[in-house]
Amino acid sequence: MSLLTIRNLSVTFATASGPFRAVDGVDMTIAPGEVVGIVGESGSGKSVAMLGLMGLLPDSATVTADVISFEGRDMLKMSNRERRKIIGKDIAMIFQEPIASLNPCFTAGYQIGEALKTHLGLDKKAARRRTIELLSQVGIPEPERRMTAYPHQLSGGMSQRVMIAMAIACEPKLLIADEPTTALDVTIQAQILDLLLDLQRERGMAMILITHDMGVIAETAERVVVQYAGQQVERQSVANLFETPRHPYTSALLAAMPERARGGRLPTIPGVVPGQGDRPTACLFNPRCPKADERCRTVVPPRQPAELGEALCHYPVGADPRPPEAIPPGFGPLSRQPLEGGARASTIAPEVPGDAR
Amino acid sequence: MFKFLLSRVAVLIPTFIGVSIVAFAFIRLLPGDPVQMLAGERVVSPERHAEIMHALGYDQPIIMQYLDYIWRLLHGDFGTSIVTKRGVIGEFFKLFPATLELSFCAIIFAVALGVPAGVFAAVKRGSWFDQTVMGAALVGYSMPIFWWGLLLIILFSGTWHLTPVSGRIDLLYFFPKGTGFMIYDAAVSGQKGALRSALSHLILPAIVLGTIPLAVIARQTRSAMLEVLGEDYVRTAKAKGLSRFRVVGIHALRNALIPVVTTIGLQVGVMMAGAILTETIFSWPGIGKWMVDSVFKRDYPVVQGGLLLIAMVIMFVNLVVDLLYGVINPRVRVR
Amino acid sequence: MSHIEAQEAEAGVGESLPDRAPQKSVRRQMLAEFWFYFSENKGAVIGLCVFALVVIIALAAPIIAPHSPTLQNRDALLIPPFWEDGGRLSYLLGTDAVGRDILSRLIFGARYSLFIGVIVVVIAVSLGIAVGLIAGYVGGWVDTVIMRVMDIILAFPSLLLALVLVAVLGPGLTNAMIAIALVLQPHFVRLTRASVMAEKQRDYVTAARVVGAGPIRLMVVTILPNCLGPLIVQATLSFSNAILDAAALGFLGMGAQPPTPEWGTMLAEAREFILRAWWVVTFPGVAILITVLAINLVGDGLRDALDPKMKRS
Repeated sequence: MSLLTIRNLSVTFATASGPFRAVDGVDMTIAPGEVVGIVGESGSGKSVAMLGLMGLLPDSATVTADVISFEGRDMLKMSNRERRKIIGKDIAMIFQEPIASLNPCFTAGYQIGEALKTHLGLDKKAARRRTIELLSQVGIPEPERRMTAYPHQLSGGMSQRVMIAMAIACEPKLLIADEPTTALDVTIQAQILDLLLDLQRERGMAMILITHDMGVIAETAERVVVQYAGQQVERQSVANLFETPRHPYTSALLAAMPERARGGRLPTIPGVVPGQGDRPTACLFNPRCPKADERCRTVVPPRQPAELGEALCHYPVGADPRPPEAIPPGFGPLSRQPLEGGARASTIAPEVPGDAR
Repeated sequence: MFKFLLSRVAVLIPTFIGVSIVAFAFIRLLPGDPVQMLAGERVVSPERHAEIMHALGYDQPIIMQYLDYIWRLLHGDFGTSIVTKRGVIGEFFKLFPATLELSFCAIIFAVALGVPAGVFAAVKRGSWFDQTVMGAALVGYSMPIFWWGLLLIILFSGTWHLTPVSGRIDLLYFFPKGTGFMIYDAAVSGQKGALRSALSHLILPAIVLGTIPLAVIARQTRSAMLEVLGEDYVRTAKAKGLSRFRVVGIHALRNALIPVVTTIGLQVGVMMAGAILTETIFSWPGIGKWMVDSVFKRDYPVVQGGLLLIAMVIMFVNLVVDLLYGVINPRVRVR
Repeated sequence: MSHIEAQEAEAGVGESLPDRAPQKSVRRQMLAEFWFYFSENKGAVIGLCVFALVVIIALAAPIIAPHSPTLQNRDALLIPPFWEDGGRLSYLLGTDAVGRDILSRLIFGARYSLFIGVIVVVIAVSLGIAVGLIAGYVGGWVDTVIMRVMDIILAFPSLLLALVLVAVLGPGLTNAMIAIALVLQPHFVRLTRASVMAEKQRDYVTAARVVGAGPIRLMVVTILPNCLGPLIVQATLSFSNAILDAAALGFLGMGAQPPTPEWGTMLAEAREFILRAWWVVTFPGVAILITVLAINLVGDGLRDALDPKMKRS
């Protein structure tokens, strides 16, 4: 049985210039102990989707889904109180800015102990013992002393270790790591990734790793989801993805990796992820895609079969060009309608609210 | 911690010197002859005049006069009232408990209502509750409190006969060995109805004096909460699966309180100004009324000494707030 | 003139710079943008309307007031408002203890309050900006001394200091205004100084200095317009504070003297009738509250519209 199943998750923000769909029909199935990567540029809605799952988005966001089930329990039908028994206990999350993510008014020890007391009902003494244990597990030297430290006394890497200790405190079955290394020094990044993978292996917990770094994905994940403008444009195993990327966006991302550069200039993808005002019609990638033609601008692309990386594309890379009639419109489990109305009214592209934080 | 305290006290010294210069200059700025002022209507001979001038030190250079003034201040001599012939400092400490009691109750009233109102307004941003609270806060902030006091007297004392018009307690009760804090005195005296009487005298003045601080605190709490609720660590708290009460009431409020405490500290100066008006309206025998009466009676040594003492009280309160700020904000404390 | 400047002058460098000859359309656009943000705040618009009404009433006082504000009528002492028993339509809001029409006194009182507000703010702002510019621009010991003095003024409760100043200067409206202005100006000094210190480091100031702008020009023409936003907001708040403080002084008998129809002074005169004739006490206070509230609403709106940080939310 899968650990987490999500079907058709969408997140819409109410903004001053009309609704903005930041996440559009995301599907995901996570098996216990599995590591899945979500990759995409800033503003592609990777964080927003996971924040929506956790119920951490501001009130201006509306989260809808056909199915969200965790260990067979339907999370959509749960009351907030029931949800909170899963959130923070069985599903934990760590964030991009570790220093800002810790409360400056409380010690590291207090913030870890709080999770233990809330979910496991530990008393003060037991919570203290467990906190010290956790801090040493995440590689913090002198845990007794660090317990009483305030976040501003910790470095970025140390803070992220505290965040990890807090997240794994209640033995979660799923850890969502939202760009856990982006804000850290390059030397610390590798340490934190190694720590996360070690913990994941030791405890057999599943992990969703959100990143914009293809290199990180290559080193850590088993399966990968490529997300663009709120949509999943490709879903493959990591090995296949690096071997034969199917969506033009994925291949462009791979080509932009410094490790893959073959001398000369590093290739880039022209343009930016579309925002609220400049959302293209049909295929959302068409303005930046070298292979886009009239069809891409007028017909919503279908979901290709698994052997083509479930790519959301009319012309997946390396596939035989098929006659257009062979692909039924709206193929796949998702219906994709471009947003109508006020979404196009504004001329400025705002940050995706949840993703910016 | 001791070093921190010392550095804060050191900052106050120049301000104290400046404040004392202002108080010192006040008497010199008064129009007219100082001896004649003391003498009142009596005629003073030129010899006697020079004698008094010498006795008061007025023939000395101005610097010496100032140093002499400071010397006397350091020995607790804040001047002598022309009207009562008693020392200013003695009168001050006799009346100060009344003002302290009133101000303390007013600030409790303001914090107890203002902080929760601000928190709920921020959590329910844009709701009718938020709009009502913020509208009421703006009205409170714009309130001429001397009129507000009169209005409450008309309603509570005049129309509904619920509270007395003025004073601190009914004439029936008298505590010869009282501390000056009427609520405490009444409570420990054991006299029947004394506490009730003291409270009913206190409630209107405390509400009047607390109105502007209440409005300011509610507004400040709301804006601080709005800022804090968008912070990453509040999201972390939610991600831990904590209850809404813990997320808002512990994680967010604890941080929002840091600017709010500063605001509360700043309100003390506002309260002292408010005490002048409130005590006048309710005939509350505190230092505010004392100052107004002294200005009217042209009892200038009292005005001078009172001015300095009130400024010192405010400086002291600001110091306490500074220290408190260090206690509630870990980023300042541990350096 | 240096070599480069001479060359520039010949070539006409800088003549077409936007800040030297601001195009009308740009200004209009800025004004339109400002109005857009200001008008989003309904309270502020209401406040502005009420304030405009008060101004009109004050200007047209002799025309609209039904009676003279100082004329005493022995036949009409303490007459209640017209809707109460014994009220008369000729005295809509009733009369005071010596038979003067309260409505007329309130209408004329608007003149005093606005006059006080304008004068106090003008004195406090001009003094505060001048001192603040000097402190911020010169820096060093001048700055230290000025800021210490301001700290000392702020160490006293404003009303107490104003009260004592009036005691020295003698009671009266003029002295009350001077005292209030003195007490309010440190806020402008601090604000101006802080903005100048921040702006002084900016590139455009350095650029202006490199081009050869003198210190006065630099301070007044280059730096000052860029810190106007917070100053305008503070000026609005000071306006309402001035009206409140002047009324408070009047109430304490230290401001405008009777029979001036100043609202605070009216309240002071009415105090003894508080339990007999509620209207003598109520209406002057309502007038103060409405005026101050309107100005504060406008101030809130201005803050939202002028503070770039607030614009996005």
